[in-house]
Amino acid sequence: MGAQVHGTQEFNKSKRAGIKFSDDAMQTVQKIISNYPEGKQKSALLPVLHIAQAEFGGWLSAETMDYVAAVLNIKPIEVFEVASFYTMYNLKPVGKCVLEVCQTSSCWLNGAEDILKYIEKKLGIKVGETTKDGMFTLKTAECLGSCGTAPMLQCGASYHENLTYEKVDKILNDYKAEGKQKNYTDLDYKNTL
Amino acid sequence: MGRKLLIHNDKVPGINTLEVYRAHGGYSSVEKALKTMTPDQVTDEVKKSGLRGRGGAGFPTGLKWSFLAKPEGVARYLVCNADESEPGTFKDRYLMEKIPHALIEGMITSSYALGAKRSYIYIRGEYFYVARIIEQAIAEAYAAGWLGENILGSGFSHDCCVQVGGGAYICGEETALLESLEGKRGNPRIKPPFPAVAGLYGCPTVVNNVETIAAVCPIINMGGEEYAKIGIGKSTGTKLISASGHINKPGVYEIELGLPVEEFIFSEEYCGGIRNGKKLKAVVAGGSSVPILPTELILKTAKGEPRLMTYESLGDGGFITGTMLGSGGFIVMDEDTSIVKNLFTFTRFYHHESCGQCSPCREGTGWMEKVLKKFLDGTAEESDVDLLWDIQSKIEGKTICPLGEAAAWPVAAAIRHFKHEFLEIAKKKKFDDVSHYNRLNKIHA
Repeated sequence: MGAQVHGTQEFNKSKRAGIKFSDDAMQTVQKIISNYPEGKQKSALLPVLHIAQAEFGGWLSAETMDYVAAVLNIKPIEVFEVASFYTMYNLKPVGKCVLEVCQTSSCWLNGAEDILKYIEKKLGIKVGETTKDGMFTLKTAECLGSCGTAPMLQCGASYHENLTYEKVDKILNDYKAEGKQKNYTDLDYKNTL
Repeated sequence: MGRKLLIHNDKVPGINTLEVYRAHGGYSSVEKALKTMTPDQVTDEVKKSGLRGRGGAGFPTGLKWSFLAKPEGVARYLVCNADESEPGTFKDRYLMEKIPHALIEGMITSSYALGAKRSYIYIRGEYFYVARIIEQAIAEAYAAGWLGENILGSGFSHDCCVQVGGGAYICGEETALLESLEGKRGNPRIKPPFPAVAGLYGCPTVVNNVETIAAVCPIINMGGEEYAKIGIGKSTGTKLISASGHINKPGVYEIELGLPVEEFIFSEEYCGGIRNGKKLKAVVAGGSSVPILPTELILKTAKGEPRLMTYESLGDGGFITGTMLGSGGFIVMDEDTSIVKNLFTFTRFYHHESCGQCSPCREGTGWMEKVLKKFLDGTAEESDVDLLWDIQSKIEGKTICPLGEAAAWPVAAAIRHFKHEFLEIAKKKKFDDVSHYNRLNKIHA
């Protein structure tokens, strides 16, 4: 995986050519950095990685991580060690909509395995795989704090709770019709209960 | 009907806005503290209230605050732990989503007591939309002068920011949280030094749970002594309980500590009894890490006394016959539930969430998951029960942070109280997954 290949700055610069935050994103990044004392801009790393993931195709390439390192004025390895530790950062390309089905206790007690099997069958993929059209990636997740409204799945910023097969049908159809990349940072989240 | 101090207004339309929150008495603790009290007086009221940390450990909050080092010229921080990730727990999410200003009000009043000019709310990344709600509320609070320079002309200035995490249960451990807030991997620190001496950026820091901080508002409003009158003994005040599993009415309930467990499970005011007319089999009373108890031990203590929702009563009998109030993540299981499979979901969770720093936890959680998988596959031997016991006993107490215990305790308790279920699978060489089979169709029929 990616960021092991730092070393040659020139190489990275050329590959980085297309990677630059939009003005809006850069403004948000600067605002986040200002939340921390001077010299502690590394604190902004987790939120800035979320923004980078949303901006650059839903995952963090080595080039994206190098770019984030440059923006925060920290070493690339500091970015990679964080990106590889936390589950919400994708270090490989994913579909536009990453479906994360919670599978821990309360969700399991309420049929999470059935939901998972249903989605696998409906999309024709297994957990960890992406549909051929690049629309959906299916994942399992550990407790997402929706135990009282189980079973549930998360997609981007949205929580879909009290799932039934019918609800899953509608959720997948709606996402497909919309055809947009879904991010944790989205402001237009659509939670369904 | 118990008293409610935290979420009594949760159904009021618009309570998420500053205007409506204020109209219902919001921010009065800030007014009272900043205009009429010294910081030490605020801390004293919290001490008198007997408030204990609502994140799970139950450590007295006033005492924790009094440990905060106050060297001249060094910044102090208050950090709110909103990294709610303990399976079965969703109370902080509810509080922040419905009444975000209750947290912000608590942050300001608490920061005044601690002399913290800046505070952070570290919220789990998966709760991104909740972070948006909190950010919105913070913006409102700035606009109305509750945050920023010279609040209410008191000379006290305060800034509060939200930080989102990246998806890691371990960041609920306070030193891992601080590492994460500094933009690093969530590896817990070796203590001492404790955060009260060297926390965020090496500065004195208090880390408190969302509910703990929100509880400071009613404590200041009503006075610590009045607050302490609610509850029983050293379990004072109210507690948010996240109820889930096979109950008729899952959700977040605010209870007065001291409520009988039986009433909580079966009364219409709370969980409304077991779903589909089934019988109660077991309860995990305080989030996944606390020991599971079978019906006879969750409703009554080993001495035959009614079990109450207090730190002491739930803990009565130690881990042999008791459990813990923990985070208040109350998971209820009906008679069809396989304790072995439920345990598997817990152990898989801890394996996934181990940060990997300490080998007993890193290796042990994975090993336990593998052994439990053998039970689900029907390939386990009877001796595997002893093996599981052996592994958990070698994790407990041998790690930097309490994730080791959190992973070991559920395994020990499941074997202690439900050993027959493990042995039955090993004897039959077959696991009948009746507990899960077609559950969803039954529920939504």
